[in-house]
Amino acid sequence: MSQLFETYSITSKPFQILDADGNVTDTDMMPDLTDEQLQELMRRMVFTRVWDQRAISLNRQGRLGFYAPVAGQEASMIGSEFALDREDFILPSYRDIPQMVWHGLPLYQAFLYSRGHQHGGQIPEDVHVLMPQIIIGAQIVQTAGVALGFKKNGKKHVAVTYIGDGGTSQGDFYEGLNFAGAYQAPAVFIIQNNRYAISVPLEKQTAAETLAQKSIAAGIPGIQVDGMDVLAMYRATREAAERGRSGEGPALIEALTYRYGPHTMAGDDPTRYRTDDELNDWEKKDPLIRFRKFLKKKDLWDDQQENSVIEEAKTAVADAIKKADETAPMTISGLIDSMFEDLPSHLEEQKAEFAAKEEN
Amino acid sequence: MAQMTMIQAILDAMRTELERDPKVLVFGEDVGQNGGVFRATDGLQKQFGEDRVFDTPLAESGIMGLAVGLGLQGFRPVAEIQFAGFIFEAMDEIVSQAARMRYRSGGRYHAPIVIRSPFGGGVKTPELHADSLEGMLIQNPGLKVVIPSNPYDAKGLLISAIRDNDPVIFLEHMKLYRSFRDDVPEEAFTVPIGKARIVREGSDITVISYGAMVHTALKAAEELDKSRGLQAEVIDLRTISPIDIDTIVQSIEKTNRAIVVQEAQKSAGTAAEIIAQINEKAILHLEAPVLRVASPDTVYPFAAIEDQWLPDVKRVLEGMNNVIDF
Repeated sequence: MSQLFETYSITSKPFQILDADGNVTDTDMMPDLTDEQLQELMRRMVFTRVWDQRAISLNRQGRLGFYAPVAGQEASMIGSEFALDREDFILPSYRDIPQMVWHGLPLYQAFLYSRGHQHGGQIPEDVHVLMPQIIIGAQIVQTAGVALGFKKNGKKHVAVTYIGDGGTSQGDFYEGLNFAGAYQAPAVFIIQNNRYAISVPLEKQTAAETLAQKSIAAGIPGIQVDGMDVLAMYRATREAAERGRSGEGPALIEALTYRYGPHTMAGDDPTRYRTDDELNDWEKKDPLIRFRKFLKKKDLWDDQQENSVIEEAKTAVADAIKKADETAPMTISGLIDSMFEDLPSHLEEQKAEFAAKEEN
Repeated sequence: MAQMTMIQAILDAMRTELERDPKVLVFGEDVGQNGGVFRATDGLQKQFGEDRVFDTPLAESGIMGLAVGLGLQGFRPVAEIQFAGFIFEAMDEIVSQAARMRYRSGGRYHAPIVIRSPFGGGVKTPELHADSLEGMLIQNPGLKVVIPSNPYDAKGLLISAIRDNDPVIFLEHMKLYRSFRDDVPEEAFTVPIGKARIVREGSDITVISYGAMVHTALKAAEELDKSRGLQAEVIDLRTISPIDIDTIVQSIEKTNRAIVVQEAQKSAGTAAEIIAQINEKAILHLEAPVLRVASPDTVYPFAAIEDQWLPDVKRVLEGMNNVIDF
């Protein structure tokens, strides 16, 4: 590993490996990935873009439920997750479903989460993620705890969490960074700065020139990364994680990115708060386009591969929806059962009351 | 057996569990080197090392988030909120996070956390140190709330809380910390969470209370005996969520009259919940309405007038007489 976090201070330009045309702008920092790994990164981004489009359409048909679109943020989501070991623990926010799925959560469970089905949160035993966080910033303080747990258990794993630009205004954001710094815990904080907290633009969120600089107050290193560049996101996360594994404590990454779609599918209309020109400018920086160009120049990607991934994703989404449909409905008595390890008598009574109704 | 104050019993419970289970961690503001502002953790860092007993930065939400995260990694955090009045800063991590962990994950994850916090009036603290906030806490599904009234129960309940796989809030009345000593076993023992105790038997009226008010209720019971020759049965709830309604109902079946005594403000709290449950389970055994003896519905008062604000023996006795003479 190089000294990325020392080389790129928050006052320098954002760390980038591929520019918007897929040209390599920093050969020194090119990660040591095999051709297969490079293709896998592309496969995951294409798959996720298709899944996102299908999810939006399923939502409009009333078949999905709560959904926060991800298009535009694939590089920051998938590049960072790809840099992790399977045992690393992810504390996601509500939009970070792709990281959960690529870390091992079955897609049908992600759909069940969208539908508000409890089985969506029943993370398989060998998948190291927490359920998506709704309260902005709550996951940041928990990350310090998970990371400190790894340190106390002598594990060489890291806790990785995601938050948006708006989330950096929360008190919990600073508290979590500060705790992780104070304990030198192996935590990686990733801000996906997509410039809008629902509708409030970054300029109204803070007077800070960058969000990465918020790490300085907590005494931990932070850098800005081109969040539309999957290789830069991979490299930055890999180095941040390596720092944590080797006892150098936490690090912060501000990914400069953009969401093309609405905040969520629950009625948000982005045309009320941002311009078409701005959207077009960001679409020119699209993570899939630039990485596709890069791979094509290396003869590692062609239309046939692209189409095959598109078909694969469509099938996977259809299968996952089918499996979600087939999942047994929840019961109130089942929910009551999940309140405590041992139910107190008043809940036993309430459970019996509902169980009797549910049998009829 | 040893003679212990409540603060010694609490310290002893943590020492016992730190010795027994390497996954138990004790942390909070000033709990390490300093041994806690009340010395509840005195000597623990020296005995068990800074890896197990440690200071935190000064941020209550951070402390509780740390506890949630450590709980996810298999530890049993015993986290101190220095005064219960500061708990609002940590409410999201307690109520929205720890208390929901098992439910949100369908049992995949849980939060085996104890939140210890001093509270309670009569010791002339500055603002927001003495408030009885337990009513707000018991409203939240997924939390257990324990309030001991004596050293023996404090040790046994705290050990139960530490061994519990769900979050337990353990509220320690400051006035009881050093007010008297009890025989407390030096070895580990448990007092079950969710079980009340009859601390004085009687057949004329049931007095339901918890924390420091148990002692006020006992004194009032003696006054009732002296003044009228009537016998109050005093129940120490010990756990206010879940409430041991069976013990309450059994007592009311005998006495047919009851009052609830709490230090907290009157409305919408523990007493209100107890009366609602009595209404559901024992109304045909009652010969009078169940009354509350509680503090007025104001903000917790400034120190100079707190003694007049808090329920005292006279007000409890008056409450008992009102129910008996109904």
